[in-house]
Amino acid sequence: MTKPLVAIDQVDMRYGGPDGTLAVAGLNMVVEKGEFAAVVGPSGCGKSTLMKLVTGLHIPQSGLVTVAGTHVTKPVSIVGMAFQNPTMLPWRTTLDNILLPLEIVERHRHRLRRHKAEYVAKAEALLDTVGLKGFGSKFPWQLSGGMQQRANLCRALIHEPELLMLDEPFGALDAFTREELWQVIRDLHAAQGVTIVLVTHDLREAAFLADTIHVMSARPGRVLNVHRVPFARPRQLELMYEPAFNDLVHSLRAEIADARAVA
Amino acid sequence: MTDSPAPTVAVSTPIARKPINWLPFMPWIYTIALFAIWELGVQLSGLPHTILPAPSRVFQAIIQYWPAIQRHSIQTLYTTSLGFILAVVGGLALGLLVGWSRTIYAGLYPIMVGFNAIPKVALVPILVIWFGIGTVPAVLTAFLIAFFPIVVNVATGLATIEPETEDVLRALGAKKMDIMLKVGIPRSMPYFFGSLKVAITLAFVGSVISETVAANSGLGYMMSAAQSQFNVPLVFAGLVMLAVEGIVMYALMAWIEKRTTGWAHRSTTMAG
Repeated sequence: MTKPLVAIDQVDMRYGGPDGTLAVAGLNMVVEKGEFAAVVGPSGCGKSTLMKLVTGLHIPQSGLVTVAGTHVTKPVSIVGMAFQNPTMLPWRTTLDNILLPLEIVERHRHRLRRHKAEYVAKAEALLDTVGLKGFGSKFPWQLSGGMQQRANLCRALIHEPELLMLDEPFGALDAFTREELWQVIRDLHAAQGVTIVLVTHDLREAAFLADTIHVMSARPGRVLNVHRVPFARPRQLELMYEPAFNDLVHSLRAEIADARAVA
Repeated sequence: MTDSPAPTVAVSTPIARKPINWLPFMPWIYTIALFAIWELGVQLSGLPHTILPAPSRVFQAIIQYWPAIQRHSIQTLYTTSLGFILAVVGGLALGLLVGWSRTIYAGLYPIMVGFNAIPKVALVPILVIWFGIGTVPAVLTAFLIAFFPIVVNVATGLATIEPETEDVLRALGAKKMDIMLKVGIPRSMPYFFGSLKVAITLAFVGSVISETVAANSGLGYMMSAAQSQFNVPLVFAGLVMLAVEGIVMYALMAWIEKRTTGWAHRSTTMAG
């Protein structure tokens, strides 16, 4: 058995000094390499804190966060991130926005100028995968919200991260665009073998995409339960209208309602 | 009967001229109208030109005193531009410094606000003690009055980076310097260029104040000298020249702003 890619062991994280808010307490979580993990829970349960712990933006006061066999004490550059807000830089073209991580990551930044064509080709290929072929030269503000979010995914993936952290990436999109992007993410996960941690409020989204669903408690957050999603891959949108799928979503919903009630 | 659709079509074709776009002419039309009303008002009321000269009298004065007006206008333009350039360099540098760190921001901000609250005309006598009368105090007054809006705008641009953008980059191992170069500075450029329009008009205020109080040349000096001789048309001629210089410099800054940060003035119609 190989070691898990992400291991969170008895982590406490408190903001704002010793009397501050305890965001997560006794948090335990394991994500295997190549797994698609979804994290759901009532609002304010520390999902964003989880994102920051795994990426090394926050270092916990107690407990251990291990990513790819290394104890996290500083930002880990093997991670790609995407938020609900696409945060594309408006003065750069979509293509240049996608290439931005390469100008930062130590491994790529010194190679970028000499191997520009190679990297551009890679970005174009990614754009093609998410259905944005030919849009690289457009500015982000010329794209619709859904298209910007697709470009955002490309930016999160360009430096070939081992781990993709998604914080409600589809929250601000309409239902149809969201379904389209679910399929995009599903296909990216299948094609690239990347490990994904998806933080979401949408239980159907979690059940459709993930291998495991981690249900968190209200603040201070910890994982209450881990569900293994039994549905075979590749999954089609039709799956969401099957009774087994609805049963899963229903039981998840009940658990979160309980978690809210306890708080 | 008569209201068949055929004549309508027949009539509409020859009339299909291109409508005149009046928008570019509007500034001229309004300016001319303003002067016309002014002229008319003075003529009808019979006010003496020592109180309010009619525009025709003012333009007459401009022609009459043109060599002197030209010399003083160039002097004012020179001191204002020099002070403005110093303000741009100083304001940009200080703005980047203040926006760079929260600590410096917290420390310097109240001092800058206090400094900005001081009427700059009160500083002119001090500048005169230090540098004598003439060009130097005018340049420095223009600088002092123009640099504050630049500092504030640049610092604001740096301080309002979206936390998500910062998180994305920091998670990739970006240093403070990377974030500033890749995001902070480009992001603050529209604020910076926007502030130039405010700063250039303020720079005129500064240089003219100083010239009025302590100088032997410049439009401020010319107007105060004309006033002591009751040459009111010449005072107004000075004001007109200042307005012209102000508009030209403002337009130049607006043009630079548009050229350099076009992405910030994106049209919403281009989306989708």
